[in-house]
Amino acid sequence: MLVKIEVNNRIIKARKGDTIMSALQTAGIKIPAICSMKDFTPTGACRMCVVEVEGRRGLVPSCSQPVNEWMKIKTHSPRVVKSRKTIVELLLSNHPDDCLYCVRNGNCELQNLAEELNVRERRIMGKKNNYKLDHSSPSIVRDPAKCILCGRCVRVCEERMAVFAIDFLNRGNKTIIGTACNKDLNFSSCINCGQCIMVCPTGALFEKDALMELEDALHNPDKMVIVQYAPSVAVSLAEEFGVKPGREVSGLINAVLRKIGFDKIFDTSCAADAAALEMAAELHERSKRKEKMPLISGSCPAWVKFAEQWFPDLLPVMSTCKSPQQLLGTILKTGYAEKTDIDPARIFSVAIAPCTAKKFEARREEMTRKGLSDIDSVLTTRELAKLIRLYGIDMNQVGSEQADAPWGIPSSAGRLFGAAGGMSEAVIRSLPHIAGAKDPSRIKYQELRGSKGRKEADIKLGRSVYRFVAVSGLSSALTIIEEIREGKSNYDFIEIMACAGGCVNGGGQPIGTGDTAVKARMKALYGVDEKEAIRFSHKNPAVSNLYNEFPGGPGSEKCRVLFHTKYSERKVLL
Amino acid sequence: METRTHIPVAKDYLKDSVLLNESVDLPSDVEKVLRFVRREKVKYPVVFVGTGSSGLISGAGETLDQVKRYLGDRDIKAEVVETGSTGYCTMEPVMEVQMPGKTRVAFRQVTGDKVPFLLDGVFNNMIPDVQVLGQHRNPSLEVWKDVPFIDELPFFSIQLRNLLRNWGRISPLSIEEYIATGGYRSYLKTIRSYTHDEVCDIVERSGLQGRGGGGFLTGKKWKVAHTVIADQRYLLCNADESDPGGFANRAMIESDPHRLIEGVMIAAYAIGTSKAFIYIRNDYNTAISRLEEAIRQARDYGLLGHDVFGSGFNIEIAVRKGPGAFVCGEETAMISSIEGKRGMPRPKPPYPAVSGLFGKPTVVNNVETLSNVPAIFENGPDWFRSIGSESARGTKVLVLSGRIVNQGIIEVPLGTVVKDIIFGAGEGIPGKKGFKAIQIGGPSGGFLTGENIDTPYDFESLEAEGVYMGSGGMVVLDEGCCIIDTVRYFMDFIQKESCGKCIPCREGTRRMLEVYENITRRPVDENGHTTLERFKGVMQLESLAEVIRDTSLCGLGQKAPNPVISSLRYFRNDYEEHIFDRKCSAGVCKELRLFRIDVDKCTGCTVCAPKCPVSAIIGTRHHPFFIVEDKCTGCGICYDVCKFSAISVI
Repeated sequence: MLVKIEVNNRIIKARKGDTIMSALQTAGIKIPAICSMKDFTPTGACRMCVVEVEGRRGLVPSCSQPVNEWMKIKTHSPRVVKSRKTIVELLLSNHPDDCLYCVRNGNCELQNLAEELNVRERRIMGKKNNYKLDHSSPSIVRDPAKCILCGRCVRVCEERMAVFAIDFLNRGNKTIIGTACNKDLNFSSCINCGQCIMVCPTGALFEKDALMELEDALHNPDKMVIVQYAPSVAVSLAEEFGVKPGREVSGLINAVLRKIGFDKIFDTSCAADAAALEMAAELHERSKRKEKMPLISGSCPAWVKFAEQWFPDLLPVMSTCKSPQQLLGTILKTGYAEKTDIDPARIFSVAIAPCTAKKFEARREEMTRKGLSDIDSVLTTRELAKLIRLYGIDMNQVGSEQADAPWGIPSSAGRLFGAAGGMSEAVIRSLPHIAGAKDPSRIKYQELRGSKGRKEADIKLGRSVYRFVAVSGLSSALTIIEEIREGKSNYDFIEIMACAGGCVNGGGQPIGTGDTAVKARMKALYGVDEKEAIRFSHKNPAVSNLYNEFPGGPGSEKCRVLFHTKYSERKVLL
Repeated sequence: METRTHIPVAKDYLKDSVLLNESVDLPSDVEKVLRFVRREKVKYPVVFVGTGSSGLISGAGETLDQVKRYLGDRDIKAEVVETGSTGYCTMEPVMEVQMPGKTRVAFRQVTGDKVPFLLDGVFNNMIPDVQVLGQHRNPSLEVWKDVPFIDELPFFSIQLRNLLRNWGRISPLSIEEYIATGGYRSYLKTIRSYTHDEVCDIVERSGLQGRGGGGFLTGKKWKVAHTVIADQRYLLCNADESDPGGFANRAMIESDPHRLIEGVMIAAYAIGTSKAFIYIRNDYNTAISRLEEAIRQARDYGLLGHDVFGSGFNIEIAVRKGPGAFVCGEETAMISSIEGKRGMPRPKPPYPAVSGLFGKPTVVNNVETLSNVPAIFENGPDWFRSIGSESARGTKVLVLSGRIVNQGIIEVPLGTVVKDIIFGAGEGIPGKKGFKAIQIGGPSGGFLTGENIDTPYDFESLEAEGVYMGSGGMVVLDEGCCIIDTVRYFMDFIQKESCGKCIPCREGTRRMLEVYENITRRPVDENGHTTLERFKGVMQLESLAEVIRDTSLCGLGQKAPNPVISSLRYFRNDYEEHIFDRKCSAGVCKELRLFRIDVDKCTGCTVCAPKCPVSAIIGTRHHPFFIVEDKCTGCGICYDVCKFSAISVI
């Protein structure tokens, strides 16, 4: 139902029940806000979105006030603008004035607001809170001094990720956002997913910088620097350079990385192909032996930590297959090093991931061999963009190039790993091959695509039916976990991705993009799948070569030693 | 000696003859029994000791011990009863004695050491007039000669005690005594003969407004919650009183917990819920234990629980202890706190009456509001309407504190003129200093000065003067108090108690506090920056206050600038004096004080010089000393130690 409201002396129509803010948005009036997030209930914390409503004594937050028929609203009256400006000035009076040194310089909501509201004078001054940086986590750095306490990170952590690692602590102006008992982040239940970074309006949360160590390696003649990048990086990197979301630029990435000076450029999707086969073999083996189902994927390092912390009872049914990044890391420092006759200690293996949890995964003890990490350094999409800018490369002047052999030509199934549901699709495509049947004619599974939190597909293979489900967003995963624990679930394969939408929405992706960007990135991956010649993981030449060397193929004894890992219960603070 | 608080009346007798008796006046034989229960007629002497928090602080615990020891040592057959507070806090600890056949007589400031002397007198029919407070009026008993009646004392004569009528008179730990004073009868009448809507109607008709400060019509609020379709509703009683200078709710629970419980149960019935919570500060130990005991007794009598007295009404009351954050008194923050989350307010709408605790319709009422309810059903809504002023019905419980002769808790009809309260019940300012202002409503309130002290005490009249009633605290300030320092104290309180959620309250109150800190101390250096900052801050004070008031999320923030706005309105001179002259004429702002040594009076005794923490006093023995102004911090130690009054404040 539509109602009429009067905004700035002009009558507009608004849907009944809508908040003032969304009604104004439809009418083309932008209201500044710091604390509001799409699809979350408004908290009304920042008070930036206040408007004047006739008949009301104070100003009204437009984010939470629903419209009434004939409400008279003034959105930019002097009183409103003065209030908004004062609020920004109050924030600035307790903010370190170091924009030039800030990781979010040029991409900061507070900076933008100060600019929009024309703050040109330090009118309000006073004591500032003095806080230390929290460097403890391998993935995320917290700078409480820059925190404006909008609470977005807390809400994402609680409502979307169901992790509850951070919350408000203390009272009054001593309020901070911190972990249980205000310990460092590495003691907390943080799963390093980085979703908090994605919603942080300022530079209070950012990924741990890996550029320094990478540059050292790049300029060290003794090191052979090998880089791999994830399929979801290829569909989002262009956004950092002002391109509309949804462009796949793996060719450009290959060229750019070569320009920067990486010795070998590989594609993580190739390892994803191998991982798909390993998981398909695991699934087939388990169902053949009538072992405990379902098989839960363990490719997402954030989900793995989440399970290790809170659901140790599920660890035995989790797929032990390493994540594609770690799998390729293993191959590079074992088989590849042997074949090319390089000392593994000389290899500096870099992974570019859309994820901050991958930084944590690379440091896990299980991911080392004889004291050497399989992956030496992990960069996020954002860091890759920084690196490109640092090397002064003009993305517009670069032509497409191929990645290096052998791990440079993936199948499109491997690339689908970048979107939630893609892993299931890849496993489904190769399952008949593993089971000894011929390749299926149907390879596209629309029901496993899209941005829904829970997607299901039933696959018939011979006489048995395999039930697949792909969940993304840990709060959706919790429902499924409950079902498994209560014995209600009869799924055979559960793909769990911590971030809603999968890696395309990872915590290392460009900041300030929304749902539409995530959908566009997914669509780009699906587009690649349409065009690609090789659409089955087992048809990837590098993968088939790999398994040719291993007697028994996927799931064989040697594969188990190299490509599989183990999980263990983890004790953390709440 | 017997020390019991229960009178041996069979539970069933009280249930059948009193609670279930539907006639308005009880038969005379029942009344006769009840008189014994109320201890109006006694066989042995009864000694009452007020052991509310205000009594205990003044030493009532010791008094109680001494009374027991006195009676035990002399083997006197008498009863000792613990009561709540009388409200007359200045007179605490209060001890009252009821001798057989005589009226009940009250003594003031009875510390432990005075007990034997006083009891010696009373038991021998002699009232020592030094310590006597007064006697209670009771036409059927013989009066004490030359002892004033309590209701004639100025502190009591102005009052209309409906809520406080049991205060200090009955044992708060005895449901029998509460029933004997007419308690729980209106509750049973309500649940057995009225529908939910009728109850809401009656309360709306009575004109009862929320006593937490908002002044919203209680019956209307109940109606909204009752009309919302939901499978569960909740009633919350807000006993999270945290205003500096507010302790009325605490005393209410300590002195008459059953009245609150009865109010809670009637309200729960009105909105059609079976679940009520009383949210109380964790540090109100005595109140919590008495409340829990009272709930236990009510359950024991079958007044609480499943199918109360066969009416089909179920009710459970749970006590929830709050951590003691000021903001948890805000209803949505309180709801979060009860839900087990951090106590932070959330935006309204949705209002709690529509979606509150656990997303269900929830009514949040103040202790005082709910305590008013039983009397409305006992005497009818029209009786309630007849009390108070045109715009505000009923009585209001006020807390008098600060520089006033009679400190304590009083109950007056709404609309009583503030001046009458302060100079009537309060008996004015002690000492020679003149009246300066009254701070009303705690940190969210404002000031009344000599100009507008004849404002009637009700929601509208006070708001017209820029003052919010708040929880009923009245702090009296005399000329020895500094307004700037008082406001600084409130700003400090608010900025510490802000939940930290919304920016204007969190950051704004802190900046305002800094402005006050800057003007109540001498600048660190005169040149440039600090002076500029100081003036800049003062210039922004008013505009900052407006923004905080306009944009804050909850009542705490919206009302936080009230002391600032109110003091700027009435005490501009004080501001100017502090800012331009750097002087605090009340001598409260220590850092603005400067001391000077009178050359004629100083003997050069050297007592002061070594005591000065900053070595600002120099001189030679037997010659006058002098103070280096630039070094002096104004601590006042020299002033205190000088034996010749040679040091004075300039």
